[in-house]
Amino acid sequence: MGVVTNAVPRNTATADESVGMSYLDRLPRRVVIVYLPLAVFTFVLLFPFYWMTVTALKPNHEMTDFNNYSPFWPSSPTLQHIYYLLFETSYPGWLWNTMLVAIGSTILSLFAAVLAAYAIERIRFAGSRWTGLAIFLAYLVPPSILFIPLAVMTFKFGIYDSKLALILTYPTFLIPFCTWLLMGYFRSIPYELEECALVDGASRWQILTKIMLPLAVPGLISAGIFAFTLSWNEFIYALTFIQSSENKTVPVGVLTELVRGDVYEWGALMAGALLGSLPVVLLYSFFVDYYVASMTGAVKE
Amino acid sequence: MAQAAVQEKILPPPQEAKGPSVLQSRGMAGFLFMLPALIFLLVFLTYPLGLGVWLGFTDTRIGRDGVWIGLENYQLLWEDSLFWLSVFNTLLYTIAASILKFALGLWLALILNEHLPFKSFFRAVLLLPWVVPTVLSAIAFWWIYDSQFSVISWGLIELGIIDTPINFLGDMENARASVIAANVWRGIPFVAITLLAGLQTISPSLHEAATLDGATGWQRFRYITLPMLSPLIAVVMTFSVLFTFTDFQLIYVLTRGGPLNATHLMATLSFQRAIPGGQLGEGAAIAVAMIPFLLAAILFSYFGLQRRKWQQGGAD
Repeated sequence: MGVVTNAVPRNTATADESVGMSYLDRLPRRVVIVYLPLAVFTFVLLFPFYWMTVTALKPNHEMTDFNNYSPFWPSSPTLQHIYYLLFETSYPGWLWNTMLVAIGSTILSLFAAVLAAYAIERIRFAGSRWTGLAIFLAYLVPPSILFIPLAVMTFKFGIYDSKLALILTYPTFLIPFCTWLLMGYFRSIPYELEECALVDGASRWQILTKIMLPLAVPGLISAGIFAFTLSWNEFIYALTFIQSSENKTVPVGVLTELVRGDVYEWGALMAGALLGSLPVVLLYSFFVDYYVASMTGAVKE
Repeated sequence: MAQAAVQEKILPPPQEAKGPSVLQSRGMAGFLFMLPALIFLLVFLTYPLGLGVWLGFTDTRIGRDGVWIGLENYQLLWEDSLFWLSVFNTLLYTIAASILKFALGLWLALILNEHLPFKSFFRAVLLLPWVVPTVLSAIAFWWIYDSQFSVISWGLIELGIIDTPINFLGDMENARASVIAANVWRGIPFVAITLLAGLQTISPSLHEAATLDGATGWQRFRYITLPMLSPLIAVVMTFSVLFTFTDFQLIYVLTRGGPLNATHLMATLSFQRAIPGGQLGEGAAIAVAMIPFLLAAILFSYFGLQRRKWQQGGAD
């Protein structure tokens, strides 16, 4: 068993770098089985982003002329599409709207979700289990079923065609998700801490704000980032509830205002898609681990 | 979940033995803490769900309140060949895309589970298709699928495989395949990264023991990896099926249901009838018609989970 004794000692049984028996494979075999498919996957999954970027930087005459110019590189890169987007369309306004809506609905959802998750997980009122299950089922209700009645409601409430309509409707899918995620985090905090606080005479509210929340910060960050991304990406509500150009969000604005008739401004479209993706990609790149944790955590519970 | 149950047995929630006044206050505190979420979900989720079902029984139009017309909308849909085409398209889209996402996602997860240089970098970068707004990446696909200037057509012509550009979104079969491909492209990272998290909890010693007993690579995958992963697969695929079945954005950007309605899904048809068409009642009826399918998918996954607990010798 010399192999085992030579193996790197692992701290935990479920170490992230599970080496397994990959050291038994020969190099050519690994190239065919691992590196080649990985290269193909990486190429296919990332190519659209590359193509988006290249197209956004190409002048119009290069974009459709693959014979005289290399399609994979802009011969004379230009910022004219980005300039057009930022100074001759309502694009900056859409960015601002999307930001407002995403931040507003995220804060609202986090507030409601923290309280709900704490109640379900720790106060354990009668029926808390069923409430937990109902929250999970609520997450499975897709927006495609709700957009028609919600459109009717926003119209009746007089908030149709306003950012408020989006800020109030996005929590329908954000609250269930955030609650479900935070329940998992609260569950991992030991009861003893809470008991001590109760003995010392702390109220439920004090326990939540002074003990649970500081300990659940990673969970809050995960839930917040995920909620922000989900609101940023939302499309069907924004498409249905918003009519006027100045209230549109980026995904709706790019699709409905930059495409006029048969004339597709491909450069501007790609620049719009690129700039619109940038905020979530930046946020994601700073918090990759939180993001992955919230994605896998929501599924694993 | 199992972990939580064990935790409860060992550590009963504090205050269990106290008097009724505490129980009362607990109920009250629980209610107060639940209140914001409860109000939101009742007003903007439960009520619209009921309203949607009700609208399906009325002839409401945009700008005009409807009256109860019973099952008339559903009768119309029953005789509407376009509705049945959209049901067929939705099922085809969901089944084809889910199978591909599962197979390719599992494959990618297995690759990423190998000992690789820059593993966390790959993991982070490969998740990008899932992070970027669907509509915006769909716009990139729109350009990639362009009938004249598609980079795929150009590449294949340069390689001498085809002579004329492929008409990706103009031909019925091509359009179906193209939207499924774009959906799979976006879904692979989600399946792969969540399954990877599951793979990492499988102890390598199981594989080592099986190898010592002479198991082949396929046998180790079939009898160790797959059973250990199956509960997670059930949940991931339920999510994937639900979101694919109710997909709207990708189709709306790429084809708007065309050509010849070959890619019209139930969600896009519901939108088209309700918002540009103004027939809110009929649109709501189509949306309600999606619910039985969704329930079936959830129940299927629920019983999939049950089976796994029994397999592992769990209580229920």
